[in-house]
Amino acid sequence: MTKFKMLPLTGNQAIAEAMRQVNPDVVAAYPITPQSAIVETFSKFVADGKVDTEMVRVESEHSALSAVVGASLTGARAMTATCSAGLALMWEIVGVASGLRCPIVMAVANRALSAPINIHCDHSDSMGARDLSWIQIYCENAQEAYEMVLLALRLAEHPDVMLPVMVCEDGFITSHCVQNVKIHDDSDVRKFVGERRSEHNLFDFRHPVTIGAIELQDYYFESKRQQQEAMKNALKVYLETGKELSKLTGNDYGYFEKYRIDGAEAIIITMSSSAGTAKTVVDRMRNEGKKVGLLKIRLFRPFPYEEVKEAIKGVKAIGVLDRSFSFGANAPLFSEVKNALFDMEKRPKVQSYVFGLGGRDLLEEHVEYAFKELLEGKLTGKEKYLGLRE
Amino acid sequence: MNLKELAEKRPKFTSGHRLCGGCAVPIIVKAILAGTEKPVVAANATGCLEVASTIYPYSSWDIPWVHSAFENAASTVSGVEAAYKALKRKGKLNKEIKFVAFGGDGGTYDIGLQALSGAFERGHDFVYVCYDNGAYMNTGGQRSSATPYGASATTDPAGKVRKGKMEFRKNLTQIAVAHDIPYVAQASISNMPDLTRKAEKAFETKGPAFLLVLSVCPTLWGTPANATVELAKLAVETRFWPLYEVENGKYILNYSPAKKLPVEEFLRPQRRFSHLFRPENKGLVEDIQKHVDEKWEKLLNLCKEK
Amino acid sequence: MSEFPTNEQLKRKVGWKEKPIGGFITRAGSALENKTGSWRAFRPVIEEGKCIHCGLCAAYCPDNAIIFEKGKRKGVNLDYCKGCGICSKVCPVKAIKMEEESKFNSK
Repeated sequence: MTKFKMLPLTGNQAIAEAMRQVNPDVVAAYPITPQSAIVETFSKFVADGKVDTEMVRVESEHSALSAVVGASLTGARAMTATCSAGLALMWEIVGVASGLRCPIVMAVANRALSAPINIHCDHSDSMGARDLSWIQIYCENAQEAYEMVLLALRLAEHPDVMLPVMVCEDGFITSHCVQNVKIHDDSDVRKFVGERRSEHNLFDFRHPVTIGAIELQDYYFESKRQQQEAMKNALKVYLETGKELSKLTGNDYGYFEKYRIDGAEAIIITMSSSAGTAKTVVDRMRNEGKKVGLLKIRLFRPFPYEEVKEAIKGVKAIGVLDRSFSFGANAPLFSEVKNALFDMEKRPKVQSYVFGLGGRDLLEEHVEYAFKELLEGKLTGKEKYLGLRE
Repeated sequence: MNLKELAEKRPKFTSGHRLCGGCAVPIIVKAILAGTEKPVVAANATGCLEVASTIYPYSSWDIPWVHSAFENAASTVSGVEAAYKALKRKGKLNKEIKFVAFGGDGGTYDIGLQALSGAFERGHDFVYVCYDNGAYMNTGGQRSSATPYGASATTDPAGKVRKGKMEFRKNLTQIAVAHDIPYVAQASISNMPDLTRKAEKAFETKGPAFLLVLSVCPTLWGTPANATVELAKLAVETRFWPLYEVENGKYILNYSPAKKLPVEEFLRPQRRFSHLFRPENKGLVEDIQKHVDEKWEKLLNLCKEK
Repeated sequence: MSEFPTNEQLKRKVGWKEKPIGGFITRAGSALENKTGSWRAFRPVIEEGKCIHCGLCAAYCPDNAIIFEKGKRKGVNLDYCKGCGICSKVCPVKAIKMEEESKFNSK
């Protein structure tokens, strides 16, 4: 039986705790609501000598990720955290980090993008960056966020992957909510996380390396193809790493969590904290004899199309809950699910629901309403909204 | 270091780069990198130096080198330096490493100013070298806040109504001094012993050091490739580009030209200033001279202060 | 592991499977394979008798194309000389003349 402590922690504190156990070489971060407590909590660890990390108190998020990229390219372990406008500001470097194949782990306390300015939760920030070749993992609660930071580090640093990872938690909802978090033993975590090994880095003076050269029309395409291959590898490595972490934690880290899917006629597919609300509704409705279930997606990038298709076989109606718009197009998660289902002989009906923007609560009645529609077959081809005032 | 020593040094920046013939930048880089014998890691902002030295898969760098973006040479090097401190503290590294960031006036004065300021304020141990050719030369010569008054730039060209850039240069050297960093200096390739001495001093300085070095761009200044060093000399002799250093807040004037040449002698050979010599633009050269004189007096006063 | 790119790899432009990830160039100074001497329209000719071996030409050459060893100017590396003429201008004894490159082409 592995050792652990039960601590009352917010999502932010849990993530900071994971970072403490990892003891990265460099953390460069800029505060932004609702992520600030990650940086603040970690800063206190630094101030009290609980970590050996060199903390760089940068003057903006763009500089935060730039410094983390610089540090990562020396072969050091570098981490950061941001969300919303901060992620938007560092957007240029988000692509640089993945293009230079830096195994960075960044926590994202999902918050709505401006304008209008809003400090509360939705997924527009990380969804806006979904094509930038970062692995994206969405966490339901503080426990998942804590453990996913550890998984993410091993995943990022795997030689077949070497891509940065965004570990997403819902801003305010998960980040600020105190939960019971099982913190695993420091030495067990350190053993799992291990040491980073880098073959070519900026501190090799015998074979100096040039990083960040300009690749013209004759080479750029090949670099990007490599990133796509790394994403493909990540699908495999994610599961392998998850299995290894399971040995320590006892938890499961599949691409998704199947909640009472067996025999379900209608299911909801969603990510992050809304899954928690949905689980409560599934339980209640199941007690009433309704055949409903939930598929909670954890790994959004790379997207596990084949496995999602397998998982929902036999389901008649699917409601996909997205916490962001893709303006002028199908919402992100809905779009991926539809992609996954396209090749099926017998396709279930799929309905898009956008909810929770700018921190608008997803209430149980909203989920129940969605399930009722799905069970009654009230599906239109049009995007629907939960909790929106007409 | 004398010039013979510089001539014999094994180049850390090799031949085969694609900077224009007659460009001052490789001369600057050579002088800077000769300023330390210790292992050095360079970060480079997007610009002439970065692009021309690393067209994949060719690289002119015989030192570890990183480029990530245009405005973040200072923040990138901050991360590299922080990793060094961390690895040293953890006992994973034990050699002394020096850090340098190169940026043109483009990536330093304007878009890169924030990152520069942040790196200065945090006190990272590094040298920032800004090679100042007075415009975004790599992309054809768009104006920067370092473009001299009266110069014609592609985004502020001389025309019928506007006579080129009508704002005087931002004083980045003073901005660096205002950050209270231990060493700031202005240099020119026309005075190589002065430049190499400043490079050595900068690398020895604990904490941030800033070197602003005049760079001549024959291609877009419209001057012959062979006149680069002459022009750098004229810039200094006309007091357009004073050579001074500020060590822990104390100003030292390194060179006072015995014969103060009129700034016109620096401007006349350059195509980017040729419109100033047309009769309808009379008075602009005088404005420039007045400005040079004022800045010189101000500098003298700063150097006299005890 | 050999450094990238080897000369052979430079000639044929590697595919995505062979290219080192992250666009890293692990062969420092690979630019030395790029002989910029082909840019030249003028070539520096140094008059042996006049040269005082001060080293200024070599120190100033932007392309390290003037070979200076053990205190003596040994010659011009024509592989890289771009013919900018800076050497000629900085020479304190005017020992360097820029001659038209076409004069030297044997073709």
